[in-house]
Amino acid sequence: MSAMELLLWARGPGLGIAVAIFLFGMTLRLFEIYSLGRKTDLAAPRSPTPGSGWRTVFSRSLPYQGTWHRSGLTVITGFVFHIGLFIVLLFLLPHIKLIHSLTGLSWPALPTSLVDLVTVLTLIALLVVLVHRLMDPVKRLLSGFGDYLAWAVTFLPLLTGYMAYHHLLLDYTLLLALHILSAELLLVVFPFTKLTHTFTLFIARWYNGDIAARKGVAS
Amino acid sequence: MADETLLEILKRRGISRRGFLKFCAATTSLLALPPSMAVAVADSLGRLKRPAVIWLSFQECTGCTESLTRAHSPSIESLIFDAISLDYHHTLQAASGHAAEEAREHSMKADWGKYLLIVDGSIPLKDGGAYSTIAGISNLQMLQEAAAGAAAIVAIGTCAAFGGLPHAQPNPTGAVAVSDIIKDKPIINVPGCPPVPAVMVGVLAHYLTFGSLPDLDDLGRPRAFYGESIHDRCYRRPFYDQGKFAKTFDDAGARDGWCLFELGCKGPTTHNACATTKWNGGTSWPVQSGHGCIGCSEPDFWDAGGFYKALSTPVDSVTGAAAAAVAVGAAAGVAIGIANRQRKAQARAEHQTVTIEDLEK
Repeated sequence: MSAMELLLWARGPGLGIAVAIFLFGMTLRLFEIYSLGRKTDLAAPRSPTPGSGWRTVFSRSLPYQGTWHRSGLTVITGFVFHIGLFIVLLFLLPHIKLIHSLTGLSWPALPTSLVDLVTVLTLIALLVVLVHRLMDPVKRLLSGFGDYLAWAVTFLPLLTGYMAYHHLLLDYTLLLALHILSAELLLVVFPFTKLTHTFTLFIARWYNGDIAARKGVAS
Repeated sequence: MADETLLEILKRRGISRRGFLKFCAATTSLLALPPSMAVAVADSLGRLKRPAVIWLSFQECTGCTESLTRAHSPSIESLIFDAISLDYHHTLQAASGHAAEEAREHSMKADWGKYLLIVDGSIPLKDGGAYSTIAGISNLQMLQEAAAGAAAIVAIGTCAAFGGLPHAQPNPTGAVAVSDIIKDKPIINVPGCPPVPAVMVGVLAHYLTFGSLPDLDDLGRPRAFYGESIHDRCYRRPFYDQGKFAKTFDDAGARDGWCLFELGCKGPTTHNACATTKWNGGTSWPVQSGHGCIGCSEPDFWDAGGFYKALSTPVDSVTGAAAAAVAVGAAAGVAIGIANRQRKAQARAEHQTVTIEDLEK
């Protein structure tokens, strides 16, 4: 199979399979979680609840003072790679064209050189995160196969994309094919690892905020 | 006349020594050889005595020959080609019918093991090769016979190099490339639909000067011409880096020469010399004329996902698969939800209360 054939497979059947597995898995997961339900709380809430859940969704994005002091590195690298990932994913023109062709939605792109810089920062942040995970005894104890898998499938699309853009080591066509395949691997693994936090995090935060308010500590 | 050297032939046709040396210098630089090699190229080419070249045309459109011969003005390339070549070429030879085939057989016998075989067009294999025959001989048979006595083979054009247009799905004639059939001879692929004239001549000049194959990439293409992508050498590349893209073929961006990526340009995955040597004597090239690269020097370019689809977009629609996946996922989610609820209900039903008496038993 030539690099071009691999690229065409990645842009054709490969993408179809990856998108199908991703949507199947995520729909299954969300239905499963929602249908678990919760028992009706018969007690009168201590403080008004509707706003608390929504506020928590946003307020939990900001680190607490204590966390800053105890794990500054985790906070900074976490912010850098999350924001970087979103910028690279959503503001590189070829990605926007892909999203446009899939959903019909489109928006202006950022200059490629800026996205390139953000990619480098994101890659560095992800490497720091990995090294810290391996060095820190607590983090290492908490980490399992799923955590390293989630890291790898996040790191690979960025790395292959960066290599393709700069023509590093391999031919561009092959690197582009590998880049698309790595992103498809991310989609396939996504619903079955902790990467689902992309969606479930908002549900969880809302519940936490709501329950806290019922108990009298509204955010 | 048969003993005339190339330089003498060119002189007779009104090409000065100076013009010939300029051509040699240009070809040397095109081949990415050191400038000092220009003298060697001129020396070797100038002293050549009409090396036998047999040109076989199979399933093709004559576009490759047109590209070479229909230059703006009679170029030095076409003259050199005329001078060094063609004991047999359908389009260009005067003879026809049996006389033409005799010329081919005569040339093959006379220069067995020494002649250069040029092939354009793909070779049909289906139904015993019935889809293309010359003088009742199938293309496959003619290629095998001619290749047996060739010193080297140059597959000119994407059809001969990779199967090209006849090889496009569903490939009704079972068309294949030269390299799919001939395995025991050195083959140089010079793809393009058609290839750039200077590239064709440059490859031949290299072979005739050094008697060896130029450095080839993994697809058998000379690295000197196919080593870099169209995208990397494109004069519109700065606009790609700045994120400035033409949205349609006639908007302000298109008029200002912005990048054609969004309009389906295949420059990033295409290796050819168009962006540097250009066409029609350096006048222009497809991207300069406002159309994206269609990737014609790459295998299966015709089936590579549509000329007007951006490289990062899906080749096929994923809507059907996506809708089905969501439906199946929802159904499976509901089923698991129901099963979970039943387990809860069952657990509740099987719950046994324990009294003080039970504990004291």
